[in-house]
Amino acid sequence: MSLTYEIIWHGRGGQGAVTAAKIFTEAAYLQGFKGVSAKPTYFSERRGAPVSVHARISVDPIRTFSNVSTADLAVVLDDNLLQMVNVTSSLKAGGLLVINSSRTPDQLGLNGSFSVAVSDAFRSSEQAGLIVEGNVLISTSILGPIVAASDLVDIENVKKAIEHKFRGKALERNLMALELAFRETRISNHSILAKTASA
Amino acid sequence: MSDVRIITANSAAALAAKLCRVQVVSAYPITPQTPVTEELAELVESGELKAEYLTVESEHSAMASVVAASQVGARVFTASSANGLLYMHEMLHWAAGSRTPVVMACVNRGVGAPWTILNDQQDSISQRDTGWIQLYCKNSQEVIDSIIQAYKIAEQVNIPVMVCYDGFILSHTTTPVEIPSQQLVDSYLPPRPPVIGISEYTHMNVNPLILSDPRPDVDGKMAPGYMDIRYRLQQDLLSCLDVIKLADRDFHELFGRTCGGVCWGYKMTDAAHAIVSFGSLASECTLAADLLRQRGLRVGVLGVRSYRPFPKDDLVKALEAVETVTIFEKDVSYGYEGALAMDLKSALYESANHPRFSSYVAGLGGRDVLPETLADEAYRAITGEVKHAWINIKN
Repeated sequence: MSLTYEIIWHGRGGQGAVTAAKIFTEAAYLQGFKGVSAKPTYFSERRGAPVSVHARISVDPIRTFSNVSTADLAVVLDDNLLQMVNVTSSLKAGGLLVINSSRTPDQLGLNGSFSVAVSDAFRSSEQAGLIVEGNVLISTSILGPIVAASDLVDIENVKKAIEHKFRGKALERNLMALELAFRETRISNHSILAKTASA
Repeated sequence: MSDVRIITANSAAALAAKLCRVQVVSAYPITPQTPVTEELAELVESGELKAEYLTVESEHSAMASVVAASQVGARVFTASSANGLLYMHEMLHWAAGSRTPVVMACVNRGVGAPWTILNDQQDSISQRDTGWIQLYCKNSQEVIDSIIQAYKIAEQVNIPVMVCYDGFILSHTTTPVEIPSQQLVDSYLPPRPPVIGISEYTHMNVNPLILSDPRPDVDGKMAPGYMDIRYRLQQDLLSCLDVIKLADRDFHELFGRTCGGVCWGYKMTDAAHAIVSFGSLASECTLAADLLRQRGLRVGVLGVRSYRPFPKDDLVKALEAVETVTIFEKDVSYGYEGALAMDLKSALYESANHPRFSSYVAGLGGRDVLPETLADEAYRAITGEVKHAWINIKN
């Protein structure tokens, strides 16, 4: 079980948490992790409501489909959710918290035995022109700070997974959003999650 | 090179139907089965799947129309869940009684009231006695592989097959799934053999008026009675355990993967204690077995794949050396115990070995089940005096 990384994604319905989790698990598979899974939680899902995805990436095939109780990595697509969902209580010591926010890690005032990586994924997507019917889509830009602050999956594999999903102009914009959010990432209390899939 | 895609079990089910070159699809959308119908509709619309897609007003009509199409020789597919499946109930009996090789995906979901869209297996278990073959999948790979095998089985014995997999837990969870090539599927599954005739003498009992006793038909030949026709269904269901095993063996030869035939074991070779389960819960149990082995107990898992027909002899044999049996299942026969527990206990009555037996009901209506909880409960059952209990009850 020690070679399994458990991930919880927190977002709002319609924001792209499910898509982001799917792209990331595919990238992890391309990286060499044989077991990957992403299970969205359903029931009250609707636009704007808090949603979560329970995901695992593992060197062995996945045999459990239960919820993740303590995560190595927690990803928050909307920093307002930090007031509604107790994200840090389910984060392992030494884990990584990735947040889409225009604020800095210090301004967010998060303290604990975990690293925090922040990037303004919203602005990156906006700059890349990822706007559909007035909605800014952050399902690919949010992957930027994850790649920047951990060593689980190379950015090349994230790009490949994105290429499987998008074509033409949409692909260009998604890749640009990823790149921008990757570069903008600010990290505090940095301790890199070790990559083991290709080791 | 193998074609591995990171997809949901619902996508796997739709792809399986496409690979089997189904000719008629009829389904009524219901959560969590809906994406299966959507993806098949898209495949038909785009021309990738050359099939007739019948949009119907209800699950009852969906099953009625695939039964009709099957009776005239088409390879058919449908899917449902929970209350939708229950709405098919009458036609499920009809599909089996008229010996049509219908294949359907049952995306397991709890049954209302109270409303739930989340997973348990009460829906398919409550259709146990309709005369269908029921196969349970422990992961998404088994979904695609089992649907392909299901046509092989159904068309050989003229009995419908329900391929059951857990709603959301598998249906909406993305995992790596190896997609078999069309060429290999074609060689495994040739086109459906032509229907040779419709009468009481063949398997197809469309709608002849049947009396209780044999009577001469219009040609003066003796025609069987209702009970005789039903007896054939029962005999064919019992003997098709071998057909299910063979379909899996042939599949393994061609594709290199097995679903275990009628049941599968995990660390059972030296096991003193067996956990028995089905569906994705059985996969969860393998992690519980690992945890219990760390505590020094020789625990294995026996997964039931074919629930109907019930592989009594195979299960009894697999359990001949164990001291205890602990069952986890996501269904219950209200007023008594879980369905699998009752069936397995009755099977063990004829066995020389009578292991101490405990059964648990878990995960109804989507309540999360952790491997650690399964391990703790199995530990209590192995070392203590649990007979029957529900786990994770909160108030």
